Amino acid sequence: MRKALRAWCWAILAFLPLLAWSAEPTLRGTGDLGVIIERSAGRVLIVSTSSNSIISKVEGLGDLSHASVVFSRDARYAYVFGRDGGLSKVDILRGTLEKRIVQGGNSIGGAISQNGRLVAVANYEPGGLKVFTADTLEPVADIPAAYGDNKLSKVVGIADLPGDRFIYSLFDADQIWIADLRDPKAPKVEKFSNIGKAPYDGLVTPDSRHYMAGLFGEDGIALLDTWQPEQGVKRILANYGRGEEKLPVYKMPHLRGWAVAGHQVYLPAIGRHEVLVADTIHWKETARIAVRGQPVFVVARPDGRQVWVNFAFPDNGFVQVIDTLSGKIVQTLEPGKAVLHLEFTPRGETVWASARDDHKVLIYDTASFAKLAELPADSPSGIFFTSRAHRIGF
Amino acid sequence: MQHLLATHPRRRLFQLSPPATKPSREGVFFLPSIRIGLAVLALGGLGAGSLALAQEPPAPSPERSRELIRMVRQDCGSCHGLTLRGGLGSPLLPETLRDKPPDGLKHTILLGRPGTAMPPWKTFLNEAEADWIVAQLLRGFPEESK
Ligand code: HEC
Repeated sequence: MRKALRAWCWAILAFLPLLAWSAEPTLRGTGDLGVIIERSAGRVLIVSTSSNSIISKVEGLGDLSHASVVFSRDARYAYVFGRDGGLSKVDILRGTLEKRIVQGGNSIGGAISQNGRLVAVANYEPGGLKVFTADTLEPVADIPAAYGDNKLSKVVGIADLPGDRFIYSLFDADQIWIADLRDPKAPKVEKFSNIGKAPYDGLVTPDSRHYMAGLFGEDGIALLDTWQPEQGVKRILANYGRGEEKLPVYKMPHLRGWAVAGHQVYLPAIGRHEVLVADTIHWKETARIAVRGQPVFVVARPDGRQVWVNFAFPDNGFVQVIDTLSGKIVQTLEPGKAVLHLEFTPRGETVWASARDDHKVLIYDTASFAKLAELPADSPSGIFFTSRAHRIGF
Repeated sequence: MQHLLATHPRRRLFQLSPPATKPSREGVFFLPSIRIGLAVLALGGLGAGSLALAQEPPAPSPERSRELIRMVRQDCGSCHGLTLRGGLGSPLLPETLRDKPPDGLKHTILLGRPGTAMPPWKTFLNEAEADWIVAQLLRGFPEESK
């Protein structure tokens, strides 16, 4: 009798922690999570790349056409930059909107500093950079992109650099600026002029050494070695159009996203159905690859073996895959209508593609090109996985 | 706060010579009618709105209208913004376009503006559709229906 009672007590004791645990929310990490923009609905989807599913939705983020996202260094919070100048901080674990401010009239992107404390927004209107604290979104610095006689330029192609600096281009002023915010109250700005006509976007290489700005107004790419800024901005791939008239450009290409694979960089040609390839040592053109349409995103799988390309209207139903070893196109997919963005899972086994006009996101196996899953989404555009939290330039 | 591109020099509109095949009669006809329509709209409310509508360019089929609305919101929106308040491209709101000749706007849409990022859309739109888009932009572009 006594023995039985004792056994019961032990059993209850053993269960207690389990009971307590089940009352708490399930613990989980964020390393396999991501954010998908539903551009017309002002909403983001929080997704899991382990279960290929939507785990929550967060509403009330404003005009998200052309929205982009950076992550806090603990990969818990997503900062969403909206077209309407909105800056929203989303708690991706809780699936809640933590804070939202409208900091400008019109913006397209931003970046987070190396130390994770500052979030910078690149604004079209009023043209310039605004910097906020990452935890509370309090304003800390405002750097108008002033040029000429009292004009403000639209700011594009922002990326972070080591040392809590931000690098970006001035579309209307043909300049590249580096803003140093080590002392956020007294930012220092270094300016490079005459970098080439109408820079439309920029990227830093994975080692954060080189910044490249694509030029809309002329053939070529502006290149700055940020380790040796005194050498100034060089022009690479100049005259890639060989003086031929370019095709009308229905959508500006994007340079964000690593297009660096091994010692080669893959870049969209403006107004041409080509991907340009240059080596990252001498920055000379090594190849050009004919593709289905005008490239928008040219992104390398994390291991660099494949480069995936999507296209501008009217070829935006296609996606092509370049094998970087042979330099040939090995696959052409038709994921759906108006494919706007591609994002690889951190180790590259799958790629997610958003098909805006089919209202879905498609998940492909990058080895077999088999479609693994489809998720419903309202006019999906950008897809951002938390692995970006730990890469410079994202 | 004025958008930078909204203040582009007016002369650029006229530098663009209209293609020889396109009679400018249309523009001359629509210019006053839309102006009047807008003025009446501003004064009078909904009843007057239908008066403006009656003089607008013929609407494309309901299916094509839906396509065009989506195209303007989404594909033009990639430069002009979903809400058409501007982005890389200038704002396309009634208040920013009101004082510009509709015919010039139509030509901008069909032929683009050389030297700027505005591409020509004539491969995807015919003249009547461009007229219809201009008229919709001038009265506040419709939202996409879901
Ligand atoms: C690739 C970017 C881009 C796309 C896509 C685009 N535009 Fe534009 N658009 C511009 C730019 C840039 C300007 C301003 C040109 C200038 O500086 O004069 C402009 C100007 C215009 C203007 C003249 C506005 C004014 O105030 O004079 C109209 C009208 C217009 N666009 C309509 C459209 C329509 C309709 C579409 C879609 C069918 C479209 N645009 C797609 C970039 C674009």
